[in-house]
Amino acid sequence: MNIFVCVKQVPDTETKIIPSADGTFIETSSIKWIMNPYDEFAVEQALLVQATNAGSTVTVVRVGSTKDTEALRTAMAMGADDAFLVEAADNLDSYSIAKALKGAIVKSGKTPDLILTGKQAIDDDCLQVPQILATMMELPSVSVVVGYEGSATDITVKREVEGGALEVYGVKLPAMIACNKGINTPRYASLPGIMKAKKKPLTTLSLADVGVSEADRRVKYSNFQLPPEKPPGKKFDATDSAKMAGVVKEVVDLLRTEAKVI
Amino acid sequence: MAKILVFAELHGSHVKSVTLEILGKLAGHTVEVAAIGTIPGEATADLAKFGAAKVHSLKGANLDKYSPEGYANALHGFIAAGNFDYVFAGATSLGKDLMPRLATKFDAGMASEVTNFIMEGDKFAGTRPLFAGKCFAKVELSGPKPHFVTVRPNALGMNANPTAGAATSSDAAVDAGAIRAMIKEIVKGTSEKLDLTEANIIVSGGRAMKEAANFKILDELANVIGATVGASRAAVDSGFAPHAMQVGQTGKTVAPSLYIACGISGAIQHLAGMRTSKVIVAINTDPDAPIFTKADYGIVGDLFTVVPLLTQEFKNLLGK
Amino acid sequence: MDFSLTPEQLEIKELAMKFAKNEMMPKAQEYDDKAELPRAILEQAWSLGLVNTCIPVEYGGSGFSAIDSMIITEALAYGCMGMNTAIMANDLALLPIVIGGSDEQKKRFLAPMTEKYKMAAFCLTEPGNGSDAAGIKTTIKEDGDDVVINGNKMWITNAGYADLFVLYGTTDPALKHKGITAVVIEKGTPGIEVGKKEDKMGHRCSDTRAITFNSVRVPKANVLGGLNKGWNIAMKTLDHSRPMVAASAVGGAQCAFDHSVKYAKERVQFNVPISQHQAIQFMIADMAMKIEASRLLVHKAAWLLDNHQPNTQLASYAKAFAADSCMQITTDAVQIYGGYGYSKEYPVEKIMRDAKLIQLYEGTSQIQRLVIAKEIFTR
Repeated sequence: MNIFVCVKQVPDTETKIIPSADGTFIETSSIKWIMNPYDEFAVEQALLVQATNAGSTVTVVRVGSTKDTEALRTAMAMGADDAFLVEAADNLDSYSIAKALKGAIVKSGKTPDLILTGKQAIDDDCLQVPQILATMMELPSVSVVVGYEGSATDITVKREVEGGALEVYGVKLPAMIACNKGINTPRYASLPGIMKAKKKPLTTLSLADVGVSEADRRVKYSNFQLPPEKPPGKKFDATDSAKMAGVVKEVVDLLRTEAKVI
Repeated sequence: MAKILVFAELHGSHVKSVTLEILGKLAGHTVEVAAIGTIPGEATADLAKFGAAKVHSLKGANLDKYSPEGYANALHGFIAAGNFDYVFAGATSLGKDLMPRLATKFDAGMASEVTNFIMEGDKFAGTRPLFAGKCFAKVELSGPKPHFVTVRPNALGMNANPTAGAATSSDAAVDAGAIRAMIKEIVKGTSEKLDLTEANIIVSGGRAMKEAANFKILDELANVIGATVGASRAAVDSGFAPHAMQVGQTGKTVAPSLYIACGISGAIQHLAGMRTSKVIVAINTDPDAPIFTKADYGIVGDLFTVVPLLTQEFKNLLGK
Repeated sequence: MDFSLTPEQLEIKELAMKFAKNEMMPKAQEYDDKAELPRAILEQAWSLGLVNTCIPVEYGGSGFSAIDSMIITEALAYGCMGMNTAIMANDLALLPIVIGGSDEQKKRFLAPMTEKYKMAAFCLTEPGNGSDAAGIKTTIKEDGDDVVINGNKMWITNAGYADLFVLYGTTDPALKHKGITAVVIEKGTPGIEVGKKEDKMGHRCSDTRAITFNSVRVPKANVLGGLNKGWNIAMKTLDHSRPMVAASAVGGAQCAFDHSVKYAKERVQFNVPISQHQAIQFMIADMAMKIEASRLLVHKAAWLLDNHQPNTQLASYAKAFAADSCMQITTDAVQIYGGYGYSKEYPVEKIMRDAKLIQLYEGTSQIQRLVIAKEIFTR
């Protein structure tokens, strides 16, 4: 099987996010980049599928800046065979990224039997690229997948929806699957794996190589800013039994209308 | 004037409330609504009240269950025929899955999960959180139309549309086309409680719970709002709750949307384990308890009377 | 001159830190309380290539430079100094084989360590001899094709679980350092009596015991570098092991520092976070300086090794400075935490207990100063 995994490099979850001076993105100079955590599940799933289908290859693809290529190296250190990097700014929109990923997959010369991604990237949180890529490649696809089993031709996947319910899909390969936490436990890249990864092929492409230009941008961001400071809390006196019921009602109403958590 | 379609999801005899939130926000525009299946009378009345001008029930074979391809194909045909400039939907499980597929069929762009937006004439500008809410940005769309937008449920609030009138309703035949990824079965969500670290809502008890048996009043509240029950170290050390329930430095670190601390004073090791909760409610008899410095909503009072009242109030609100 | 790590070293550090934070730190307190060896965690570290970093690539190792192994050790000690001791003890035991062993011995003893997780123990210290290594009493006597070992060893890390013991003895105590001999003893050899587990102040999860060798007979083929050749091997081993132990001090200190900075931002006194009080700021600044200075000494001592230059003096600088700094830094961390720091509810008291041992093993801080002074006055 030709298995592809699309990964993204995102700021570490513990990184402090600071809007850039021009407000079009964030300050990227001092950011620690990591592989998007959901993409780790995709890499692991690819390796699990490869292990049960002899002769399969796992190719990782990423679109992003070349500040470092850690996400691709990490994926190869975990066990992926080769990698493609499309050099681009880190704030491309979902449509451009999906188009670039498709371009890189086509450039690889291999016809995908299975494409895996994380369900969303934790930077822009759009949850779009997997579905856009599947539509562009005219592949059936299921997103937010927490269970995967099957053969090289037919798979059954479980998609998580509201309230923890699961939609169980039967899908014929080739297909595209977007993975959520719970589908597996990603392995660590071992030190021998890291050493071996140095020698694995990493092909670098430009956006022009994969036919993507500024004209493909569909979404424009501006006015990046930090969320407003949390206002000081409100305190209510419910020690007087006459007022108690009113206070409780008011708090419940605020939870619904102001805090919007219920 | 932009021609706008709002995609609605049916929920029993009504539509999901996020549809009504979007309609209210679009007051002043001519808005049509479409849903897959037959839109019931009550739902049509709700939609009209919030400003829908036309309501379309889309019908065709193989659309009784959701399928990414079937729904995308069906809506693609309907939207193309209607020449819409904008398509809105709720950022629900289905909306988040379906809308990017649909947008791509038009080579169009989409703004995901906006928490607010304005439509000036036919120009859309939205606001959305990025980096897990660590910052916000303005989002605008360009390129081929229609443009697609999903809206986070409960973000806009319910705003009745003052110019609302009656809605005309009609049926439209749509074609699901070939479906390659098909639902075989739907497994209901288990009623089993989520682990503390995954729970969206946590109700926690402290030393003031007095004894293990009293945790049942927290269980009752938790059952009504779908919460998981936790405990402070003081409660665990006093034997009121097992260590697995402990929130804090040596217990679990949690970050739910809502944390309700009952009879917890707020020792620093407890605060360390829950301070990143989105909204914190504290109930304590001591008005100077440190927990109140972290609480968004503090209730000074006895938990044994306040908690049952809360439970009842949530029951009323949630219609349980 | 280049102070930056290579991209490869950054990846090694990333993996080791990820392992330390995800697998070691969450369990550190529990195993410290139970004083139990975390066998599963150690085995997982081995499977990722984080153990036995001294084994050369020809014998199945990863071919790490000395600096690489310092980076790994620092990260693992960040996770738990006690668990790191159990890991590092393998290197301390295997280094004499790497340094003084023949090709045949390396194949026989090192290669199996890369095929399956096994523990090794280094046996030097005796009840009556610690710092005075040349005065050891355990005898190694020739007997035909074998040697016979008799004596008592103390404070042996990994003793209860080791598959391999690397022991220093003497062919004749009167010869002092000229009689020192290193020999490899495999588990199960008759005459090895392992004592009960020591109940220690820190590094409580690492397995430390006394061992008695009662006429233990091994083939001469197990003697490293020949009879009476052990002293040189021991000295070369220390050149490598002392920076490594120093690296573990840096890891422990860094962990205590990170906890302290986080706590200082959270803890409010006099209506402001204590990080805004100069008394705390100065302690934090001192900690940061000492950590960086320790790390630079460790890296320089390792760099000299990698470049085949004498590093004995630097190794002792690194060991003494990093160990003493770690003790000071972890003590200050408890100070910054105040009463909470003294409680087992918080992580810093354990790190402080662990720090003490680094000033004691692999040459006390005083022995390091003796070495340094000797290097200064004899050159």
